[in-house]
Amino acid sequence: MAVEVKPRESSDVETEQLATGCEAIAEAIRLADVDVMAAYPIRPYDGVMQAAAKLIANGKMDVEYIVADGEHSQFEIVKHACAVGSRVFVGSSGVGWFYAFEAIAVTAGLRLPVVAICGNRALDDPGAFGTEHNDSLAVRDLGWLLPWAETAQEAMDLALMAWRVGEDKRVSLPVAIGLDGAFLTHSQQIVKIPTQAAVNTFLPPFDLGDRLLHPDNPITIAPQVDQDWLMEIRMQNDQAMRKAEGVIREAHADFKKLFGRGGDSPFLDEYMTDDAEVVFFGQGTLALPMKVAIRRLRKEGHKVGLVRLKWFRPFATDEIVKCLSRFKAVGVIDRDYSFGSPYYGGVLYNEVRSALYSQPKRPVVVGFIAGLGGREIEQPMAQEIFEKTKAAASGDLKAGDTCHWIGVRS
Amino acid sequence: MSETETSITIEVVYRGIFQKTLAQRICRSIVLAARKRGHTGTAFARYGDSPERNGVPAKQFAVVASNDIELESSMAKYEPAVVDVSIAVDDTLVKGVESWAWYGRQPIWKPVRKDGFVLVTSEKTPDEVLAQTDTALRPYTLGIVPGGASFAGLWVFKDDHTDYRVLGALAKIEPQWVRLEDVKALIKEQTKDDGAVASAQYGYDNTKLRAVEAGEGTSGHEKLQFDKPGWTTMRPGIIVDARKPGERNPFYKKYGARTMRPVVNFDTCIKCTMCWLDCPDECFEVTPEGHYEVVYEACIGCGICAQVCPVKDCIVMVDELKFEDNKDKWDFWKKDHDGYNKWFESKSGVSADPKKLVPSSPTTNANPGANPTTAGGDE
Repeated sequence: MAVEVKPRESSDVETEQLATGCEAIAEAIRLADVDVMAAYPIRPYDGVMQAAAKLIANGKMDVEYIVADGEHSQFEIVKHACAVGSRVFVGSSGVGWFYAFEAIAVTAGLRLPVVAICGNRALDDPGAFGTEHNDSLAVRDLGWLLPWAETAQEAMDLALMAWRVGEDKRVSLPVAIGLDGAFLTHSQQIVKIPTQAAVNTFLPPFDLGDRLLHPDNPITIAPQVDQDWLMEIRMQNDQAMRKAEGVIREAHADFKKLFGRGGDSPFLDEYMTDDAEVVFFGQGTLALPMKVAIRRLRKEGHKVGLVRLKWFRPFATDEIVKCLSRFKAVGVIDRDYSFGSPYYGGVLYNEVRSALYSQPKRPVVVGFIAGLGGREIEQPMAQEIFEKTKAAASGDLKAGDTCHWIGVRS
Repeated sequence: MSETETSITIEVVYRGIFQKTLAQRICRSIVLAARKRGHTGTAFARYGDSPERNGVPAKQFAVVASNDIELESSMAKYEPAVVDVSIAVDDTLVKGVESWAWYGRQPIWKPVRKDGFVLVTSEKTPDEVLAQTDTALRPYTLGIVPGGASFAGLWVFKDDHTDYRVLGALAKIEPQWVRLEDVKALIKEQTKDDGAVASAQYGYDNTKLRAVEAGEGTSGHEKLQFDKPGWTTMRPGIIVDARKPGERNPFYKKYGARTMRPVVNFDTCIKCTMCWLDCPDECFEVTPEGHYEVVYEACIGCGICAQVCPVKDCIVMVDELKFEDNKDKWDFWKKDHDGYNKWFESKSGVSADPKKLVPSSPTTNANPGANPTTAGGDE
């Protein structure tokens, strides 16, 4: 039996909620007036499923909510819904995300602006629910925009940004927001819920234009093209990704104007970097314990700071290079692994080193693998990261060409 | 061919599925025969032709080189840009090769180098074949290998020795690369059959060569060439315009798949709709009087209409090489009834008047499944 649909809340004032990252995302789904969302349970993403279902059951949200028979169908459903002009939301975690991989790949190829969350989770086996970024990062080469959130507030803000940027005709690419399992998806924080009016100002209705799959607009999507057309199609995606950086800057400026949040740069969140000689670099919630460490280290007189990356794709190379070149050493903390990669480093480590390669003045880059499977980054670990980075900055250690595993038992 | 040539490239143009095994056997045998005198080589099918579709023109290739270094320049390719010899194993292929959308319709000699060879298996004379071949832009030699089109099959290959005759013909025109004795030795090894070896000799002895000058051939075939779009001109999102209702695909016309075409006797048509209903390609258009006329640009010549037609000799399948154009014929019948019927009789070999009980005689190159060719060295 269908639930009774109560009238939508009429009051439109900014409110505060104590909400998990997942609940904050559900609020964003409501505010964005999403048409279709597809769901299939897997921790930690399923927090969004539950939060959205609750909003629907309470009559606060009107969205076509489709529970699929698996992640592959789940992502196919929103891909097709998007092609017929629906604003969509979807998400998964860990190996569930991988089960949807075919649909994930074609969604980017088709330039359909699906917005997803990837509730970051270790890839089973062994069974582990905690956060690891390899699920999101597996799609890094496919044309998905990949932002990472630090807080529940940022999760909601990034979701609103995601529809705005992804659906922009210059971009028209899918977005997958990285949310650290447990620390963000399942931890409640104070979240400011913006007014519907402000969101409507920020987020125009979704319009696919002449790409809309509709009987009145007969088109064929994704014919067999072989080598005759394929490179041109990839080039189009490359160009769209190049444009995304500027579109994110535009959206970020508007967002800041309307909601007063988002910091100076859409791509980098700098913490105590003004006079820093050594900085940590990473993404997601690992910034939180590292900031605690920085405050402690500052009291001891160390010039140390943090640069948190907010968008992994597009990789804002110029800005990142310009920023990191100011420091003597950068300790890149990867909550991921890339077995057999250069210097056996993490994904972020090698991206950063690659970006810095052509710089005349560049910092020493030290790699750290930490917090895998959701292992907490405790202060002794942060201390070790600092000491190794500091040593590299002083030239004491050939630490730059290596990568250290932190907090792992021998 | 000079002594300095370091490789030879040969293509086999064939009817998809029906002749795939045949083409493969020819290409492999070319390399294996050349191997007998110390050459090396490669044989491959054009990747984009797969999955092959019934009758749609496809290509396979053999490259023979004097050594591995020379061979490398012909490897890691889908198809060679230039070939020394093009072998068409069905003479209706000389009307042009249209393999897939955007490929266009290409003259059979298109990749053949100046003074190269076009070998065609046919029961017709060189001049008859040339009359249906696109106007040559550069001189080449046309060779007719005796025998009708072999539809020996894909899964079960009913060998009619077309492959051996073709290899014999090749040994005649390119002895530097493929020697008759090597071909014969190879066939003997493979088949232990002297009849098969004799077929190679037959192809060698009986292939008719005819020099073709630039300008010879027909200009009657449709030009079908397309420019491929660039990334700035393509629609984003892997989107192409769909065909409107009733509109036929201008980028892929399919008639190049045809070896026989249906010809309709409008006098005896009872307007039963069967052809129109059962045509898998929706080729039939309803005329103002309720007849059904074939749109030849869309017809692949599958013959289903002729099979389902309940009236004897109302739809007759006729050798495609007897026709110059793809024009619709109902207008012809409407304007010149007797003229059309004469035309119908001359093409189909059956009477247009149902009261005349003229027994229908099988046409040349008739439905190969029902009437397999016996021409060639195995006589």
